[in-house]
Amino acid sequence: MRREEAISNKMDWVTVLIYMVMVLLGWFNIFAAVYDETAHQSIFDFSLNSGRQLMFIAASVIIIIAILIVDMRFYEAAAYLIFGAILFLLLLVPVIGKEVGGNKAWLGIGSFGVQPSEFAKFATALAVAKFIGTVGFKMDKLRNQIILFIMIGVPMALILLQKDTGTALVFTVFVIVFFREGMSPFLILVGLAAAIIFILTLLIENEFYLYGGVAVILVVAILLGRKTFKRIALLSIGALLIVGVIESVDYIITDVLKPHQQNRVKALINPEADPLGFGWNVTQSKIAIGSGGLSGKGFLKGTQTKFDFVPEQSTDFIFCTIGEEHGWLGSLIVVVLFVALLLRIIFLAERQKSRFARVYGYSVASIFFFHFAVNIGMTIGLFPVIGIPLPFFSYGGSALWSFTILLFILLKLDAHRSQMLQRL
Amino acid sequence: MNEGRKEILQVVIVLTGIVFLVKLFFIQLLDDRYAQLADSNSIMKNIEYPFRGLIHDRNGNLLVYNSPEFDLLIVKREVTHLDSARFCEVFDMTQHELNIKFKELRARKEYSPYKPTVFIKQLSNYDFAKIQEHLDEFKGFYIQPRTSRAYATGTLANAVGYVSEISKPQLDRDSSKLYRQGDYVGQSGIESYYETFLRGQRGVQYKLRNVKGIEKGSFKDGAFDTLSVPGQNLITTIDLKLQEYGEYLLHGKVGSIVALEPSSGEVLAMVSGPSYDPSMLTGRKFSTNFMLVSSDTTKPLFNRPLMAMYPPGSIFKIVQSLIGLQEGVLTYETRFPCDRSLVNCHGHPNPTNLHGAIQYSCNPYFHQAFRRIINQNKSPNTFTDSRIGLDNWREYVGRFGLGAPLGVDLPSEKGGQMPTSNLYNRIYGDGRWKFSTIYSLSIGQGEMLVTPLQMANIAAIMANKGYFYTPHLVKEVKGGSIDPRFKVRHETGIDSAYFSFVQDAMSDAIYGTAQRAIIPGIELCGKTGTAQNPHGYDHSVFMAFAPKDNPKIAIAVYVENAGWGGRSAASIASLMIEKYLTGEVKRKTLEAYVLKGEFLDPVVRATPAAQPVSTDSDTE
Repeated sequence: MRREEAISNKMDWVTVLIYMVMVLLGWFNIFAAVYDETAHQSIFDFSLNSGRQLMFIAASVIIIIAILIVDMRFYEAAAYLIFGAILFLLLLVPVIGKEVGGNKAWLGIGSFGVQPSEFAKFATALAVAKFIGTVGFKMDKLRNQIILFIMIGVPMALILLQKDTGTALVFTVFVIVFFREGMSPFLILVGLAAAIIFILTLLIENEFYLYGGVAVILVVAILLGRKTFKRIALLSIGALLIVGVIESVDYIITDVLKPHQQNRVKALINPEADPLGFGWNVTQSKIAIGSGGLSGKGFLKGTQTKFDFVPEQSTDFIFCTIGEEHGWLGSLIVVVLFVALLLRIIFLAERQKSRFARVYGYSVASIFFFHFAVNIGMTIGLFPVIGIPLPFFSYGGSALWSFTILLFILLKLDAHRSQMLQRL
Repeated sequence: MNEGRKEILQVVIVLTGIVFLVKLFFIQLLDDRYAQLADSNSIMKNIEYPFRGLIHDRNGNLLVYNSPEFDLLIVKREVTHLDSARFCEVFDMTQHELNIKFKELRARKEYSPYKPTVFIKQLSNYDFAKIQEHLDEFKGFYIQPRTSRAYATGTLANAVGYVSEISKPQLDRDSSKLYRQGDYVGQSGIESYYETFLRGQRGVQYKLRNVKGIEKGSFKDGAFDTLSVPGQNLITTIDLKLQEYGEYLLHGKVGSIVALEPSSGEVLAMVSGPSYDPSMLTGRKFSTNFMLVSSDTTKPLFNRPLMAMYPPGSIFKIVQSLIGLQEGVLTYETRFPCDRSLVNCHGHPNPTNLHGAIQYSCNPYFHQAFRRIINQNKSPNTFTDSRIGLDNWREYVGRFGLGAPLGVDLPSEKGGQMPTSNLYNRIYGDGRWKFSTIYSLSIGQGEMLVTPLQMANIAAIMANKGYFYTPHLVKEVKGGSIDPRFKVRHETGIDSAYFSFVQDAMSDAIYGTAQRAIIPGIELCGKTGTAQNPHGYDHSVFMAFAPKDNPKIAIAVYVENAGWGGRSAASIASLMIEKYLTGEVKRKTLEAYVLKGEFLDPVVRATPAAQPVSTDSDTE
């Protein structure tokens, strides 16, 4: 019993409080999203998403207790085992999985189904943390980098096989962890630059503006730094490469893709071009959020989300309900909660004494950050529509449990941080 | 190593939060476009279409009513795995037609795969009953009810007119801004003339709705809602039984029947032949049928009673007699020799007085009588004298409702033509024409045209002994009032005594030229006419009223290319009068004769007409 007292004393209650507030708010908003005024429904109704979400929340509590009871050494020791098991399940999904909403991502036992791809997140986080946490690990070794990219590449590829692009993209966020642990920022910058160039090429019809922009940046870069021959030559080659990328994107879009495929790509970038077709989700989502005003229409009073104008309103587009019914102030609370949670997780990660726990903490922060940024970003039209859930708010058992596991393994490790080094 | 990287990540997180809040601030607080879009999304201005007013006949029989119809809506996104062969089978269309429907759908400006769009318009009640049970086989298709016009009778098509969706030019011309695309509007006949009464008022209900347009309760508990007001019902002056009998008699013939109640100007029957079944121009098959009807060579949409114009022929001698008597240039005992060197005539006692001239329709008599009307020696110059005389005569005929539209309550009424001195000045030059130039007018030929409605109105004037009420088809607007101009008595300015004299002659004329028109027990006054037709056989014309001492019905009948007025037109008029006055027709032989439709002598019938008869060009 002494041990349990210890865990309650050492638990980071700030994080737990934020977690509880988020899960509770999420539950109310899921009810608001499916609420139908004409049918007298209760939030506990198990035929509704809100009733089922309550069940998932109850299961989460059991999962939390289990995580806290298990010895803290288990997570590092069993990291590869868990990772391997999840990869095996991911391999099974295309074979015996069932199809839900166009994605074959579910493993089902009877009417009960889970998405292994959701659990691959924490399994990969554990494996990556264990690998980086190995004694004598050096990030600048090319071999280590290759192994790390294989570790995130394999689950990504398996999830892509299930056609779940959104979840697969989440794994790219481990690059942030690698960056924190010493990888050169060059890779991130190149990736970011490539993405920006790709999007700009789609957005800007006249490519001469792009070429002009590249030229201006080149000149500024040359003027700002040292004017050695080698540097100027490297920058020029870089600029030429960018022009090449622009040309090839242009070629692929206009010559390789068929017209309807072109539209689809363009709609991803600019939904207003076809608000009734491909741009429907984002257009309707922005209408719902934008109509919320300062303080919203009030709980259960939203018209856009409730009347099905926004698709997936209780899962990927749950933020619309918040924006519509609780306005800018409601959105402010949610955004502040997420920023607070993320900063808190980084704070927790930084105070870990073992590298394993710190890397794991950063993995949790990165994954949460990716979900937070992409999900809210897409609902307000800052990102293309990528179907991933908003942690603790979106409806869905697998997602809720996955995020809960991610967070509470960190809390468990954190609670025992002073013991962590004793294992040596 | 890795110094400052923690801080970079913290800054990125905080910046992301700030970017989101700024963007949210813009779309939620600064841009009110989204709030408006949300309202137009979810607050549906649900227009409740009013019921169009019903149309009854004078005895309360229903003529036109509303029947439910159904639009088939599609939400394209929900249409998956459409069994198009089955769909074509259920909806009775070919695969090609279905493909065209989809192509049209995608081409529509307001089309969205997420929103319900009209796919098939105006399914009838019958169609709907057929497809209703199969509807669940086709995901993504929904039904929306409306109403369309339905007709209790297959007759009266042209007088009632038709209703169809408002056209783009009509919408552009509509200054009242009451109409919207997709609204129905009266396009001809009573439906068009009484549109403002029949259409009613739209109701508006603000409903909350979901993305499929399904109602989710009223907005602010209906504080802004208004109820629709049904259109006003019309009681027409038509006697349905008489109308149906008239169409029965005129079946297979080209012509017109107009029957009036002389004491009120009410139109009892208005038959235009050939006609069409009014139920063709309603519902789903409207556009197909409209093409059919409007391109038909017999011109069933041409409303002959109002729009066809013919020379009045011999019937006009009655008007000439009355003008002559009123002017004092004729007396009851004025006699002229039947001088066939002036115009041709038929055998009859010679010379005859005015009574006999009317009775035997003596052409030379009216030639000489008209000369007296025109040349009264008001000026020593014979040209000037003719002009003064014609102007004076034109005043009289104008008061008979000729030479200008009568103002019946239907659109597109023609005015016929009665020549003025201006007309002849234009044709021959000022001062270059005189009586000998215009003498054809004396017997109703020349530059003179009347419509069947005007001719029926002449019969009503005869019956009334000198006045008429503007003919009209609607006697009562429920909850409103008809135009007061239909209550104004129009005088011809001719002594009623002269009318009595002419009535006697008309009564006797029946026994001379139109023995088929005699109805046992009913004293009938009538006058035959034969409108000369340069394009083919002459048109048969008859004008009558009965009973003579208390006229209840005045009628004019035109049968094109049917020769003498005494045969087909007189027979039809007589049967109509018998039907109206006694309620049934006892003269079955005459009825059979009319229905058989062989009015020309065998020899004449065998000779082909000079050229195909066009139904309106022969009126010019």
